[in-house]
Amino acid sequence: MTACFPVITGLGAITPLGLSYRDLWQGLCQGNCGISRITAFDPAGFTCQIAGQAPEFSIRDYVPKAMRKTTKLMSRDIELAVVAADDAFKDAGLITKAFDEQNITINPERTSIILGAGLISCDLIELAPAVAKSITDGKFDIKKWGAEGINLLTPLWLLKYLPNMLACHVGIIHDIQGPSNTITCAEAAGQIAIGEAAQIIQRGDADLALTGGGEAKVNPIVHLRQCLLKRATADYNDNPQGACRPFDAKASGSVFGEAAASVIMETPDSAKKRNAKIYAQVAGFGQSCSINSKYESIEPDGKGIQYAIESALEEAKIKPDQLDLIIPHGTGIPSDDIAEATAIRNALGNAADKIPVFPTKSMTSNTGAAAGALDVIAACCAIRDGIIPAAKNCENINKDCKLNIAKQPIKKKLNYVLCCSYTYGGQTAAVILKNFKF
Amino acid sequence: MSQRVVITGIGIVCPLGNDVATMWGNILNCRSGMAATTIFDASTFPTKFCAEVKNFDITKYTKNPKLHEQGNRHSRFTIGATAEACKQAKIDIETEKPNDGIDRRRMGIYLGAGEGSVDNENFFNAIVQGWDDANNNMDWNKWAAVAFVKMTAYRELEQEPNMPAAHLAMFTGARGPVRSCLTACAASTQAVGEAFKILQSGRADCIIAGGAHSMIHPLGITGFNRLTALSTRNDSPQTASRPFTASRDGFVIGEGAAIVILETLESAKKRGVEILAEVIGYGSSNDAFRVTDMREDARGAVAAIESALKDARLINKDIDYVSTHGTSTSENDSIETLALKTVFKEEAKNTPVSSVKSMFGHLIGAAGAAELITCILAIRDNILPPTINYNDPDPNLDLDYVPNKPRKADVNIAMDDSFGFGGQNNVVIVKRYNP
Repeated sequence: MTACFPVITGLGAITPLGLSYRDLWQGLCQGNCGISRITAFDPAGFTCQIAGQAPEFSIRDYVPKAMRKTTKLMSRDIELAVVAADDAFKDAGLITKAFDEQNITINPERTSIILGAGLISCDLIELAPAVAKSITDGKFDIKKWGAEGINLLTPLWLLKYLPNMLACHVGIIHDIQGPSNTITCAEAAGQIAIGEAAQIIQRGDADLALTGGGEAKVNPIVHLRQCLLKRATADYNDNPQGACRPFDAKASGSVFGEAAASVIMETPDSAKKRNAKIYAQVAGFGQSCSINSKYESIEPDGKGIQYAIESALEEAKIKPDQLDLIIPHGTGIPSDDIAEATAIRNALGNAADKIPVFPTKSMTSNTGAAAGALDVIAACCAIRDGIIPAAKNCENINKDCKLNIAKQPIKKKLNYVLCCSYTYGGQTAAVILKNFKF
Repeated sequence: MSQRVVITGIGIVCPLGNDVATMWGNILNCRSGMAATTIFDASTFPTKFCAEVKNFDITKYTKNPKLHEQGNRHSRFTIGATAEACKQAKIDIETEKPNDGIDRRRMGIYLGAGEGSVDNENFFNAIVQGWDDANNNMDWNKWAAVAFVKMTAYRELEQEPNMPAAHLAMFTGARGPVRSCLTACAASTQAVGEAFKILQSGRADCIIAGGAHSMIHPLGITGFNRLTALSTRNDSPQTASRPFTASRDGFVIGEGAAIVILETLESAKKRGVEILAEVIGYGSSNDAFRVTDMREDARGAVAAIESALKDARLINKDIDYVSTHGTSTSENDSIETLALKTVFKEEAKNTPVSSVKSMFGHLIGAAGAAELITCILAIRDNILPPTINYNDPDPNLDLDYVPNKPRKADVNIAMDDSFGFGGQNNVVIVKRYNP
């Protein structure tokens, strides 16, 4: 059966560390941090005033000329996904309709697109002039809104904010006609999407897939939501670079950001035929969920995360001590970090003493639906280069997080890497990547 | 060595009733679920009516209403529909020690679930306070001053589309593969189809699958009205959803939750529960055409239907009934008819197809699973649910739409089609269970 597990042959990203997956990996290796004071809007009135923001780019550079008018229908989340997909197809050495219609090297009908997406918030600045025309006695008046306000919105307004529009636009640009799905499991969405894409290829419904996730969390209402939930740290507004501290004793919350991360996945046969470079094989995928009446937090014993890791190990047919690296979800929210550390320990036993753990969010920020996919990219690069970068902002590990955090960079051959993710609302995922050779 | 997958429980909360029997009785009596909108004041909107869930009381379904009361409408509907489905499938809910023969680590959830409504009054009034008319921009300090005081953490959290699945995990204890997807109007058919594939592969024994959605809120209706996708037949809501007719002018939005319990045959047999139908095929495709429109040549829809037939190892004449997407929009009904004619060829006119959206309205993300439930009942009762309001046939659309009244027929295999805004096409095929 192992032969059926797909391999990853292309990586693409746009993150607070740069405009490509190369920038992401280089940034992680250098210990750079993409978190700074928010510039997308004036954050002075927010408890948390910092975020991970992607560098500036022009979306028109990533969309073929004939399709440029569709960029008007792209919310920020969609733009990010389009940029990451471009990077991934190019890295895989594949030619799609977007690059050269005459020499396409993918089979559109046998190509799938499975992306994780967030709850896309509408642009309040776009909505506001219409709201401003719908006021009676200083209050919003729904009757005026229905009669007049709504006419000020562009007719296709709704289509910018449907989560499936990430996959829709990317699918149109690259002509992807196979199964298309949009996983909406918040911060676990990216890794669940990757797991589903692997299963679609395994069962023979596609030969190739573009998968991953994207979300733009630097938006006033999305940011407000994390502030109200007290998941965003309010203590580091004057020290953005030190703000996100996964598993660290001084952690007081996460920092949110924007990113998209895509991987190209295909059958080993397909990769072999076209002599593609192979980063890793998806050797195991597991899923479960946390059950907690405090829906925004993970259950204290991390059972849901533990079960996902155990299932992934079982599918990969390996023992915990065969893992060479763990990239955890590690948000910097103390209770969730403790739950995750507990889950990792319970799933791996004593092997957890030795396996290096490399959290990424201290540098990339918590990028929601992109986060888990971004970690899979980091794992692929780590396997390729035989390098585990040093963790950032984890100088004094929280005594309840008994993990072997990678304090110094490590150079060694990595055979198996575990990535795990979870989200508020409870869904969990774990992916095991294998150093693959024919 | 793929597992056979069967359905052992169904449950629904929808505009035609808050349980399966009431819903089905209303379908067989050709009743419409449409009326003037009451959830918010839509009296000045282009569309002033919809298909609402009525008289839903969550305390009837859960002994812990506090855990679910804060949920958005569709999260609460999910609890109602799941309670009914689990009762039928003999699955224990709300217990630490289930005794139903299903290992919770082998029980999954796969929902096609929508996002919740914004906190309307506070959402709009925060914009009112924050808008700086002179500079034509938002003053985020003023906005935040209101938003931080008026908006609440849980009301915000519950808008996330993964929350119905969170409530469902709490309700059932499911700890296997738990996923939520949102591919617009195709979401719950996709959820059922993917759940079917997970069970076939042996990665779980049972998955609670289906959909939940309510877009009957100011921004939802605003969005669809701006797209001119909704019927504006305000003088006659009950005849407004009229799929395949010449005078169709858009869909009627509905809301609800529809749940099916999917289980491996092995698990169902071991537990000795009644089998309602078998799932035998799933097909999924992407239009990759335009953000706004379906392909005129129906390529994407055809690909999904053909792939479902192939998956089920069937040919065109094997299908006894198609539950169409049938939205009552000009574009969908024409292109779907073309797709069915392209796939079914000479059998097309002999294959009855209907749109229960003529009665339900369009439950958006929950539509496909609700329609799948009517397929299961069509098989159970050997009866075809009708397309009501079919009084002025579109001369260009010439299939057997089962006009205006239900019809007795041998129904052994039924197909459920769903096509979403953005180009996702999903098709599931169910069959009468034969050991």
